[in-house]
Amino acid sequence: MAAVVRRADVEVGTELPPQTSQVTRADLVRYAGASGDFNVIHWNERVATEVGLPGVIAHGMLTAGLAARAVTAWAGDPGALVEYSVRFSRPVVVPDDGTGAEVVVAGRVAALLDDDRVRVDLTVTSGGEKVLSLARAVVQL
Amino acid sequence: MALDPGLVGRSYPPSAVYEVGREKIAEFARALGDDDPVYRDPEAARAAGHPDVVAPPTFAIVLSLGAGDVVLADPDVAIDYSRVVHGEQRFVHHRPIRAGDRLVATASIEAVRSVAGNDMLTTRVDLATEDGEPVCRTSAMLVARGA
Repeated sequence: MAAVVRRADVEVGTELPPQTSQVTRADLVRYAGASGDFNVIHWNERVATEVGLPGVIAHGMLTAGLAARAVTAWAGDPGALVEYSVRFSRPVVVPDDGTGAEVVVAGRVAALLDDDRVRVDLTVTSGGEKVLSLARAVVQL
Repeated sequence: MALDPGLVGRSYPPSAVYEVGREKIAEFARALGDDDPVYRDPEAARAAGHPDVVAPPTFAIVLSLGAGDVVLADPDVAIDYSRVVHGEQRFVHHRPIRAGDRLVATASIEAVRSVAGNDMLTTRVDLATEDGEPVCRTSAMLVARGA
């Protein structure tokens, strides 16, 4: 159980490989089933618009999970991600057009911590707008 | 109605045991489009130093979502669930969740705040094995938008 990336290989400013995911309505249904979060705003356009949303939106934790995937893929081990925090700043609207929404994840090492840990700050956008703010991971290298 | 600051620190009885299954982990990884073999192939997981397949870091939400419901069901927590949005989420992992884990979730109230007519409730869920080994701590900040 160890990260593939070594502490000696990174410095402040080291960038993670960028990751782009396409999220469709089918992905929302799949995530609802896998997570147990069946909130109707994630699959029902009528209810979503009734409560004032622009349309069906992705589960915040799906977006956060995609962003975490970029970190674990970089680190080379899911166990290396020891702390993870996100703030949901803007919903990801997923249109029913067969294409869905694009979620783009960029990350960089922002701080070197004790015990071979580093802090990775993530920038997560959809349609050019930030959808997570203060998305941070502590990675054990 | 503002939440009572006296709720901070309130703790709820532990959940029933949740047994983590390989198929559930694989299903969750698939929903994130993550094809890492350590989420579905026990041999690959063992080669990477894990005793069995491990779960993606955000899998803990599966348990903490259900465990957090006990807080929202508390009659003293006067929050209009229809106006609630997920504001923040945090995970601190002591070790990865893995297949075969028998986990117990214990919910508590970490913080309450009122800002500009919005109520903010931070619910903490501690996940541990039934033998008491700490596995993960999650915190969810929910925002109830003012009417």
